[in-house]
Amino acid sequence: MTEYKSGSRLERVLRSGRFAVTAELNPPDSADPQEVYEAALVLSEVCDGINATDASGAHCHMSSVAICALLTRAGYEPVFQVSCRDRNRIAIQGDLLGAAAMGVRNVLCLTGDDVTAGDQPQAKRVFDFDSIQLLRTAKIMRDKGQFLSGRKLTTSPQLFLGAASNPFVQPFDWRPLRLAKKVEAGADFIQSQYCFDVPRFKEFMKRVRDLGLHEKAFYLVGVGPLRSEKAAEFMRSKVPGVHIPDKIVERLRQTPKEKKREEGKKICVEIIQQVREIEGVSGVHVMAYRQEELVAEIIQESGLLPRPMQTGFDKGQEKVRLRRRKNESGD
Amino acid sequence: MGLLRRLQNHPAFLEKVYGLTHTAVSSLQPLIERIGYERANRWLKGGEEWAKRATFDCHMCGQCILHSTGMTCPMSCPKNLRNGPCGGVRANGHCEVKPEMKCIWVQAFERSRQMPQYGDEILQIQPPVNRQLEGESAWITMLTGVDKVTPKGWVGMSSIPVIGDR
Repeated sequence: MTEYKSGSRLERVLRSGRFAVTAELNPPDSADPQEVYEAALVLSEVCDGINATDASGAHCHMSSVAICALLTRAGYEPVFQVSCRDRNRIAIQGDLLGAAAMGVRNVLCLTGDDVTAGDQPQAKRVFDFDSIQLLRTAKIMRDKGQFLSGRKLTTSPQLFLGAASNPFVQPFDWRPLRLAKKVEAGADFIQSQYCFDVPRFKEFMKRVRDLGLHEKAFYLVGVGPLRSEKAAEFMRSKVPGVHIPDKIVERLRQTPKEKKREEGKKICVEIIQQVREIEGVSGVHVMAYRQEELVAEIIQESGLLPRPMQTGFDKGQEKVRLRRRKNESGD
Repeated sequence: MGLLRRLQNHPAFLEKVYGLTHTAVSSLQPLIERIGYERANRWLKGGEEWAKRATFDCHMCGQCILHSTGMTCPMSCPKNLRNGPCGGVRANGHCEVKPEMKCIWVQAFERSRQMPQYGDEILQIQPPVNRQLEGESAWITMLTGVDKVTPKGWVGMSSIPVIGDR
């Protein structure tokens, strides 16, 4: 095994060969840190890393770097999402140093949804970097101890570098090659877009294995529950890059209204169990927009608890174990 | 669509044109050097802009990598992506930002597959754009070599192959 690049909890879980779980925190529209902690509390017990999104969908919320700083203060394990949409190379490199100084050890480098996806489409789009240039720059800072300009850092940021992958949109033949480029640029782990189409994902992973990429980076598959067929229709038409097969939408449509939520959760658990069997998959990334309360249930029902290495969170861990035991005896 | 724009669907031909232009411009180097690069830049960039805009919807970034991106201008991507498509491509292969436009990277990839000579260069990692070269003649920046100059930190990174375990 190669040595640790960051020593982050997420990295340790992955390198130990255990199936990793990360989850997305929906950042508050608030200046109150308590709201961050409340959102983090339900997630921290059931995952190895909490992703703080960077104005996803081009909707402004509390900044990801601030959320990460709040999370590390409380001993949580954040994944700092950085998009190229809002900041140029000068701002981004400064944020990487700042985040590392606050104890952040994981970064997810993204291109970012366009400003037109959000509620302030009048904004100027930056895209000074693309995600691959951002990844490489973070790697330069970590491994060479320099800014992109070559100016030396006195202490380099120890970061576990992540990239996104979307196997579900065109050009399909190019997607594994794009992943190869990201791995070459410096990606240590990958978090994918929502996976609702397992056959397509299997095909993609076959190419990934042929290229040997699964041995060079850890692949975490994006999953999430759908509330109803309406939510599914909204997501696939309005959220950039989300592909949901008709079969799944139809399944939700045929479910009686009061059971739709449950069915959506069930679909998610099924997908987790299916992708878990695919060679080269190292974990899942749960994104439950406005359904955070379901994350714990999904992870538990997928048989992914307890999470390892929850140092400092024995209390939470115990709570989950108790709840689990109660559920089991109740069955 | 203009006549020249239709040429984009003949990437193998354009690749040859690129090769010829490259040779022609390179062979003119002694002459251009005598004229002076700055003066030549002033003379050339109008014509270059006209020809490339008509054919490629060129945005005059001043560091042309057309042959590495399927003879498709990456700066015409609304996100200016130079290393491949974003994850927002629509189900019909159109752009996330401009729904009426086909994703330029979907086109770039298809075209690169028809380019025997430079097609595989699409796999290379492209460095960040030097915004100082915007509006300059890429023919001149090619001759002076400034289009290939990357920030100091970037140097030496691309030669590190991906080896071993993760």
